[in-house]
Amino acid sequence: MIGWLILLPLLGSAGALILRSAAGRRNGLVAIAGVHAAGTASCWLWRPGPLLSGWLGMDALSLLFLTLTSGLFVAAAVAARASLIQAARAPEDKAQPTGSEAIFISCLLLFLATMTLVIVSRHFGLLWVAIEATTLASAPLIFFHRHERSLEATWKYLLLCSVGIALALLGTFFLAAASAGSQGAEQPLRLETLMQAGSGLHPGWLKAAFIFLVVGYGTKMGLAPLHTWLPDAHSEAPSPVSALLSGALLNCAFLGILRVQQVSLAAGVGGFGREILLAFGLVSLAVAAIFIIGQTDFKRLLAYSSVEHVGLLALGIGVGGAGGYGALFHAVNHSLTKGMLFLTAGNIVAAYGTKQAARVSGLLQRRPMTGWLWVAGLFAITGTPPFGLFWSEWIMLRAAAGAGHWVTVIMMLVLLTVVFVGMLTVMLRMALGGSPSAQKTREPWAEVLPAAVLGIVVLGLGCWVPKPLTTLLTEAAGLLGGAP
Amino acid sequence: MTALEIILLVLILTNLALLGTSRLAFAIRLVAVQGWIVAALPVLAAWPQVGWRHLTVAGIIAAVKGVLFPVLLRRALREAGVRHEVEPLVGYIPSLVVGVTGLAGMLVLGARIDLPFAAPSPLLVPVSFYSILSGWFLILARKKALTQVLGYLVMENGIYAFASALTLEQPWLVEMGILLDVFVAVFIMGIMIFHISREFDHVDTFRMARLRDWYPRHRSFEREDRL
Repeated sequence: MIGWLILLPLLGSAGALILRSAAGRRNGLVAIAGVHAAGTASCWLWRPGPLLSGWLGMDALSLLFLTLTSGLFVAAAVAARASLIQAARAPEDKAQPTGSEAIFISCLLLFLATMTLVIVSRHFGLLWVAIEATTLASAPLIFFHRHERSLEATWKYLLLCSVGIALALLGTFFLAAASAGSQGAEQPLRLETLMQAGSGLHPGWLKAAFIFLVVGYGTKMGLAPLHTWLPDAHSEAPSPVSALLSGALLNCAFLGILRVQQVSLAAGVGGFGREILLAFGLVSLAVAAIFIIGQTDFKRLLAYSSVEHVGLLALGIGVGGAGGYGALFHAVNHSLTKGMLFLTAGNIVAAYGTKQAARVSGLLQRRPMTGWLWVAGLFAITGTPPFGLFWSEWIMLRAAAGAGHWVTVIMMLVLLTVVFVGMLTVMLRMALGGSPSAQKTREPWAEVLPAAVLGIVVLGLGCWVPKPLTTLLTEAAGLLGGAP
Repeated sequence: MTALEIILLVLILTNLALLGTSRLAFAIRLVAVQGWIVAALPVLAAWPQVGWRHLTVAGIIAAVKGVLFPVLLRRALREAGVRHEVEPLVGYIPSLVVGVTGLAGMLVLGARIDLPFAAPSPLLVPVSFYSILSGWFLILARKKALTQVLGYLVMENGIYAFASALTLEQPWLVEMGILLDVFVAVFIMGIMIFHISREFDHVDTFRMARLRDWYPRHRSFEREDRL
């Protein structure tokens, strides 16, 4: 099953280049996304065993992140199909050239294949290859709209992430160096081998490896101060791609860091890793809060909100204990909410032709469904009670207080309030107010539905968490040494 | 002095030359030389127990880093119509001073570091760190997109050099995967350089500064575009 989950999008990616019919390609994209999601769902019933002598495998963490990625990809694929059809129907816009649609769909599927590989790989070398491959598969996606701003964003993304990931490669080799003195030198970079070696690993080299891997994968994850590429790439990419970058790719990089933390825990230096993650988390929160205040571009606003939330993820792991459970639950909520918001933002950009918040008003009047999704998304992402994010943030806060991290608790409360006010002022002003052309426009279902479904799931998770999900989250948090 | 140490000295010299040169074509040739050195390292480090696998890996690295990359980069240089000068942000003499200081620092660090494995030469680890450092410096201190790619490759070469010090029996699937990723990265970066030169009429990343926060109020609407 694991093999098929990687091969299917890979074959689809090749097929998209060969297929002549544009409609066939778009439908194929949605079909492959659906089959991939169905395959992932079957893993919940019957978890597949390891593959390729244990290089690939699926534990609770993999299953959790795979479900998120696959589910979000279905929503993004449906939205991408709708926007591609709309773009094809619109008269040729000379000021807005785009790249080839076949390459776009092909790269989108390749992106899914590489993300799946990241999630199921249990070998640090392979993990590195897969994470770098996600960068390469997504760079052409960001450059789909051919203008100089997206070019600049793609260049920054490509260069900064490649340099960051080169540092992660060095960290990976340090990890091999740390295990040089212990047994199992035949396969020195396998997760199982490293965890079995445990305290036999050289602590100094392991710590060096941890730092380099966190800096490397942290660049990709968007932890401040390594986040500088993120607002550009996430705001210049087409919106379904932004949804995937924020909702799925950041999780993949996060998983890379979690794998190293697993090794650190087994070697008994988990506390060292937690301190570093806590520091990165607080810095990310602070930086995001500063840049959210007075932000004029609403897609950039969402991108900085992603920096805030990856900060929270790092912070949850850094706090330890129940914080790990909170962080994983937060990853679920954040992916779904951010996917919903970016897809809605895409509809707003299509309707108003701008990313400037000041030029959008009267959303509720002109496009009621989009408007309501936007407002609901605003309250969800800022952690207001009926939504899932409130509960995951609450668990992390309680864990921080329980562990006696009072500075963290106070900083978290203050910064989350600042972010709330900052996002509220920008996003609410867009939804309310009069519209210059107050006529109501028809909103096709295909454009609103993906975001709406994601929104309903987030709302549902705030009211009731299904038993299988709780079990999976507990099992995954157990791998990181935390219990609720 | 063994062959390994001579080749490491050449690696140091190419790094210093890269920091000091003003000619792009020469810089590309220097990076090609580094590619050949990095290809030879795993063979020399394993000497005299050289297996067919070492030779295969060395051959592929030489083909990609020593032949293919220089060809790709020269084509990017030609097609983008770049001026054949490096255009430093930090001057050549200060760059060299930074380079020499870095080298000294790494040698001191290398002498104090506690290696859990037996390195084939005491020079190997410090020199590989030094290469990573100078690659990083080149990315920061040079303005052109092409020079940044060269810096990235120098950094990569340093990491490869460190890996050859490990002389672990790595399954070579991973090595090939890494090489493939780097190859695709350089390939895509080459395409991007071409687009940058066409779009901006230059490949000076320093002037690519339209994406940022906090615009002056009256300018904020200029960025306005349809998306």
